[in-house]
Amino acid sequence: MARVLLFGPLRDLAGWRERQVAATSLAELRVFLAAEDADLGAALGGKGVQVAVDQAVVRGDMALSAASEVAFLPPMSGG
Amino acid sequence: MIRLSEDPFDPGALLTAFAQGRSETGAVATFTGLARAEQGATAVLELEAYPGFTESAIGRIADQARERFGLHALLILHRVGTIGPGEPIVFVATAASHRRAAFEACDFLMDYLKSRAPFWKKEHGPDGARWIEPTAQDHADRERWS
Repeated sequence: MARVLLFGPLRDLAGWRERQVAATSLAELRVFLAAEDADLGAALGGKGVQVAVDQAVVRGDMALSAASEVAFLPPMSGG
Repeated sequence: MIRLSEDPFDPGALLTAFAQGRSETGAVATFTGLARAEQGATAVLELEAYPGFTESAIGRIADQARERFGLHALLILHRVGTIGPGEPIVFVATAASHRRAAFEACDFLMDYLKSRAPFWKKEHGPDGARWIEPTAQDHADRERWS
């Protein structure tokens, strides 16, 4: 189980901010979310969307543990 | 020090506290940003941060500012949550030996905060709500420092 967090417009699109998902890798997590909500799946792979695992930005795939926190960060607005 | 706050803050009180007890600091510069009403187009701003991540990202640029401008101290306080027109949304204070460094560090920090800081900002107005992205001007302002 990974704890998944959505921010900004991604949260509006999905209709949720946080949930637990059973996934052992980022790739598996993306497949799971896209199967459930195709629009969200496309948006998560959209231009400028960064992914942070345990608060560090990562690129590509990565193994997830039960305690992993995965955040999808759409383009930032600034303050 | 970097802080996010759900609650309104008093820029005057922050400046008073920040400037106290300094005998080697010759200059304190501050910037206070207020939420604009945009002639009634914006009823409220909603500002979202990623707790922990947002402070760390701002902290890295604060470290750059400390080194680049030789700051004695700095304070960044940013509102999150729901913010009404006219309310302070951000406060930056910098302390240095001389004024130029304090002014420039404040300017540098604000250009970063406006263009790069991990916040997501939504404007709620009479015509609905929309998510905001940095303007071309915001990016150009940050480029001045590279």
